[in-house]
Amino acid sequence: MSEDIKNFLYLNRRAPYGTIYAWESLEVVLIGAAFDQKVSLAFVDDGVFQIVKGQDTSAIEMKNFSPTYSALGDYDVNQLYVEQESLEERGLSVDDLMHLTWEDEDEDWAEKDSIRVVSRAELNKIIEAQDVVFSF
Amino acid sequence: MSELHTVNKSPFEKNSFDSCLGHVLEGSAVLLYEDGVYAALKGTATEGKVKAAQGVKFYALGPDLKARGLAQDRVSDGIEIIDYAGFVDLATEHDKVVAWV
Repeated sequence: MSEDIKNFLYLNRRAPYGTIYAWESLEVVLIGAAFDQKVSLAFVDDGVFQIVKGQDTSAIEMKNFSPTYSALGDYDVNQLYVEQESLEERGLSVDDLMHLTWEDEDEDWAEKDSIRVVSRAELNKIIEAQDVVFSF
Repeated sequence: MSELHTVNKSPFEKNSFDSCLGHVLEGSAVLLYEDGVYAALKGTATEGKVKAAQGVKFYALGPDLKARGLAQDRVSDGIEIIDYAGFVDLATEHDKVVAWV
């Protein structure tokens, strides 16, 4: 199987509760993670709202799926790219986002940040390096 | 790695087209289909953006233009009109497809 490992990028561009896209993306990511592929996520445009901290859906009768992002690290999904320009356009900074981490097996399970804020130009290079891009 | 970017939303309703242009690299192609074909029209706010995208080849899906009553002479210069078979060719000629849905 090892020679079949590909780079998969999930491109998230929609806010979490107005449509089903964000949740569907997260479900597909978790399914894909079970297949030993190299998986990364990008949050662009309104997609950055998906990982804003302090989400509370108790009054809108919808499942708050934001805690699930914290589980991604346990599935070796630890490359979460957030576009700087998209944050700035929405008055957000990295401090407004959930603190998502993973534990590095190779460094005595040291806790590391999963989120990396990147410029649009950097993200374009990241997209270029992928084998497959899934858009949500 | 050459990329085929696709846009299927109207540039006047959603930001898919603008977002696509912000992420497209030189040497890539952009295919406009479904409501994305409205971005192919002359005399619109999008025409200049198409012309300003250096080194990017633009295509529009003919059947979607026709369905919307958009004659070929309304399509901006430099945008090639293709059919479904052309869509398939583009998908196979590029290393991957990046969809701006």
